[in-house]
Amino acid sequence: MAGQALLSARGLTRDFRGFRAVDGVDLDVAPESVHALVGPNGAGKTTLFNLLTGFLRPTAGRIELAGRDVTGLPPEQVARLGVARSFQITSLFPQLTAQEHVELALQSPSGLGWRFWRSAKLMSRYQDRAAELLDMVGLADLAHAPAEALAYGRKRALELAIALALDPKVLLLDEPTAGMGLEDVDRTVELIARVRPGRTVVMVEHNMSVVGRLADTVTVLQAGKVLVEGPYDEVRADERVITAYLGAADAAR
Amino acid sequence: MTSTVDTPEKAGRPAHRSGLVAAARAPRWIRYALLAVGLAAALWLPNGLYPAVAVDILCWALFAVAVDLLLGFTGLMSFGHAAFWGASAYVTGLVAIHAGLPFPVAVLAGALAAALLAVPIGYLAVKRTGIYFAMVTLAFAQMVYYVANEWRSVTQGENGLQGVPRALFGLDLTDDYYFYYAILPIVLLGLAAAWRIVHSPFGRVLVGIRDNPARARALGYPVHRYKLTAFVLSGFIAGLGGGLFAVGHRFVSLDVLHWTTSGKAVIVVVLGGIGTLWGAVLGAALVVRLEDWLSFSGFEAIGLVTGGIFVLVVLLFRRGIWGSAVVLARRWLARRHR
Repeated sequence: MAGQALLSARGLTRDFRGFRAVDGVDLDVAPESVHALVGPNGAGKTTLFNLLTGFLRPTAGRIELAGRDVTGLPPEQVARLGVARSFQITSLFPQLTAQEHVELALQSPSGLGWRFWRSAKLMSRYQDRAAELLDMVGLADLAHAPAEALAYGRKRALELAIALALDPKVLLLDEPTAGMGLEDVDRTVELIARVRPGRTVVMVEHNMSVVGRLADTVTVLQAGKVLVEGPYDEVRADERVITAYLGAADAAR
Repeated sequence: MTSTVDTPEKAGRPAHRSGLVAAARAPRWIRYALLAVGLAAALWLPNGLYPAVAVDILCWALFAVAVDLLLGFTGLMSFGHAAFWGASAYVTGLVAIHAGLPFPVAVLAGALAAALLAVPIGYLAVKRTGIYFAMVTLAFAQMVYYVANEWRSVTQGENGLQGVPRALFGLDLTDDYYFYYAILPIVLLGLAAAWRIVHSPFGRVLVGIRDNPARARALGYPVHRYKLTAFVLSGFIAGLGGGLFAVGHRFVSLDVLHWTTSGKAVIVVVLGGIGTLWGAVLGAALVVRLEDWLSFSGFEAIGLVTGGIFVLVVLLFRRGIWGSAVVLARRWLARRHR
């Protein structure tokens, strides 16, 4: 399994001043699969995300992307190698319009961003592709709205458009439906389902119905360790998971 | 659970496009009118003011725009830009005195030296942000100050470099009035360069980095390298101003490297309006004019007045003069359109 994984981690560990947030995690994300990370709050999901994307350096362990060691690379290099991420707390450029966000993402792999002597009008070469992506996430009519004026659900959609603009090998989505109303959740699930062919998606998700509808593989984390890993139905039926997490979620529903 | 509702009429109104550079989104005729007024004012300036003061205003306009490039468009407050202004002043002075080259060449040499100095300083400084960045730049500027103070054989220490010539193909530029018009094209080129940088693909990345560096990194932009490039470009433009200042005064003193010079540049930008470029130019004109008027009236505590005005601006008009004017003008336009 390890040999075929597109993104894999071995013994990944991260300490914060004596507190072990991620503790020896092994993870194998198969190509063209949707891999969900679930677990109670504080299980280390977001820390794991930050490790996989270079925003945090692991205390120990190793990360490989398509067989290449990417442990300890800075986030911009991880992004360039084809790992795009969204943030749990919406992270945009408040004053930029939706279209400008996507153009900035599309421009990133080219060297255009260094051309301080050229006109920004050159970025219009990306406007058609940006419009396409905005249309895909349902933001076509809001292309020229500044990000700060967008409603919450639309900001999340913009996050997705930006990540897709990087045309990533691996798309890491940190709670893509967090804080959304039912309608937006449905729309987001549809959207992820639509863009997933040919892509590999890793998502942190609390909403088990979303996980059930999208994920091929589920990894349950608890206290920084992998508790269970397997297909959704198997994981859902696992005793340990029910006591640790799912039971509580089901009871609440 | 209610679903989130969008308000496209509020968000998508094209007439109210907010964006990267607020001032650039003003209607086109207003932008051209402003440019015409600005050019006319620049051409008129030495007729309405003491020409030596007009020369100082031009130099400080470049310096302030250089600081604004970092403060307003990259989100970095340099508190040590005197290092680049002053280093260029010394190099320009030395080249002009010893090589006898035309002064624009000496100024270019000075600006290039300033840019070169900005590479190591910037490399170490851009790893920090906020107040730590300001402190690192201040510390390096103080080091440059002490080197200039100690290296007497070259800088003449406290005596300063005397007799920097205003050579330009035998033209007589001893009169400040004519010298003003000789340096005006260089200054306008420098200002145009700053405008171009801000309105380039690079400038857009800078604004992205300013507003959300983590997001910019997740998009694959090497944030440190972008900041360093902005820092070096800013050092070059500050150097242009400093070199012209040296030739303008025919004299370079240690003052050009003093930390109060760095502080004054920041005050000028904040007063004029951060992130507007125009504001930096306007702030330079006002502060230089005010200081000249105060010293001419025999007022001793100039710093008290400029400092007091600075405090007032920070407390009452956080957008600075230009920024506040833009907000008022927008409101007026919006009312007229209704």
